[in-house]
Amino acid sequence: MTRTEIQQVALAAALLAAAACLPFVSDAYLLSIGVTIAMYTVLATSWALFSGPTHYISLATAAFFGIGTYVTGMGIEHLPYWLLLPIAGLIGAVLAALVGIATLRLSGVYFVIFTLGLAELVRQIITWFQNISGQKGLYVLTAITEEHIYWQLVGLAALVFLTGWAIWRSRLGFAVRILGDDEEVARHAGINTARVKVLLFMVPGAVAAITGAILAPRYVYIEPSIAFTPMLSFQVVIMALLGGTGRLWGPIVGVIPFTFLWEAISGTFPNQTTLLLGLSFLVIVYLLPKGFVGLMQSARNRVNRREGFA
Amino acid sequence: MTTVLSLRGATKRFGGLVAVNDLDFDVAEHEVLGLIGPNGSGKSTTLNLISGALRPTSGTISLRGSAISGLPAQDIARRGVARTFQLVRLLPSMNVLENVMAGAVFGHRRRWGHDAEAQAMRMLEKVGLERRAQAPVGQLTYIDTKRVELARTLAGEPKVLLLDEWLAGLNPTELEEGISLIRALRDEGRTIILVEHVMDAIRSLCDRCVVMSSGCKIAEGDTEAVLSDPEVIEAYLGTEDA
Repeated sequence: MTRTEIQQVALAAALLAAAACLPFVSDAYLLSIGVTIAMYTVLATSWALFSGPTHYISLATAAFFGIGTYVTGMGIEHLPYWLLLPIAGLIGAVLAALVGIATLRLSGVYFVIFTLGLAELVRQIITWFQNISGQKGLYVLTAITEEHIYWQLVGLAALVFLTGWAIWRSRLGFAVRILGDDEEVARHAGINTARVKVLLFMVPGAVAAITGAILAPRYVYIEPSIAFTPMLSFQVVIMALLGGTGRLWGPIVGVIPFTFLWEAISGTFPNQTTLLLGLSFLVIVYLLPKGFVGLMQSARNRVNRREGFA
Repeated sequence: MTTVLSLRGATKRFGGLVAVNDLDFDVAEHEVLGLIGPNGSGKSTTLNLISGALRPTSGTISLRGSAISGLPAQDIARRGVARTFQLVRLLPSMNVLENVMAGAVFGHRRRWGHDAEAQAMRMLEKVGLERRAQAPVGQLTYIDTKRVELARTLAGEPKVLLLDEWLAGLNPTELEEGISLIRALRDEGRTIILVEHVMDAIRSLCDRCVVMSSGCKIAEGDTEAVLSDPEVIEAYLGTEDA
């Protein structure tokens, strides 16, 4: 490790520790926003690990997330809670691998459509299953409080950052950077591009499923339309792009302002949220194609150039 | 001499068009083979068949006796075939050193960490770019981008090097540098297939040539003999009454 790397790790650890102290100083409202921020940080950061370098836009977050909530919903009666999280992660990873093997050889557009359809498919299967079993929704009644959920999410965020950092330093990370730049070159350099993409896609799959499993107790009552809402997939994409996917810490820079913005929007215009979500998507793609990270970088480049001339 | 690479009946059809038709040739170890012919004669397609960018419709291509035709490009690269592209392809988000490391980390002989970096630096020295190691690739001149690409293919220590019009588009001074660079590779005893249009380069670099026209091999042999073959001259310049 170089000195800057040690500094970065120390800074990240300090920020996470500070974030973990939120429940001690905040009221219930602020904590609920904290949970939302922590949740989207985990989802958007893991999403960007795969979609950032590969440029494959995945809309499957809701599918994995929903499966995670159902793992908790169905398993809480039979298994200890702490066992449900790794089970959800495993199911998410396996499903992501299957989806990846089936679709990642396709070009980008087909992948986007497929992942969007996947969430709908899983939702319909569960709805169908509920119809024939006569069961409507699921009650998740636990002693887990909002604070517990928040701490679990912060812990998961730490794990995601650690994973992202480890991948970035590994051969897998180097391979995915190469294939993100030029897949033809990657193949001819000897990289098994299909395997790299599948391996990397398993990360957001597992993480989103674990996130769903952690959040299930918060919903108390879960049904397919809540667990598999496509809004979740789109919000994750928007936040990650707003922050920028070029850096590991990029998405969180988008998550925080967008959560507050969204809080204001859904409070003021509760019936126009979908419309405004679409608008913000357009604004981000047109005005900030590389997110805040890209904006900061070009500002820094400009300053450097000016200093270079002076 | 041992045969490193051999093509037997290699054929590529695109619908009704036969781009490469029943091509046979061998490349011996330490040999520089020129693959020449007029535009559209199937040279680049042949190179794409060897590197795995395209699958042959029929026929076999083998590397040191084992068949590589039909394998995906990454497997062929790992077995020791490395190539440059007709239009230079670099990795735009990375600097010069990282571009070359891509070859060192994932090529025929795989390295990692300091070992890969040292190998990449050696390759940059070989092509004369060691001082630009940290430069972004966007700042390079045209010949320097070609040097980076060459260094990347060399970094994995391939058994066969495929150079697709590596000397095309260079100005006269650069061309001289380019030719002497490839001559240095030749003197190291590397096995190279050179697709090229620059006649001076072919004359001074190639031991033997395979000449293609309309997808077929029309001549093969020592460079001088092949280049004075009337059929070859006709393929390049057309017949008298045309």
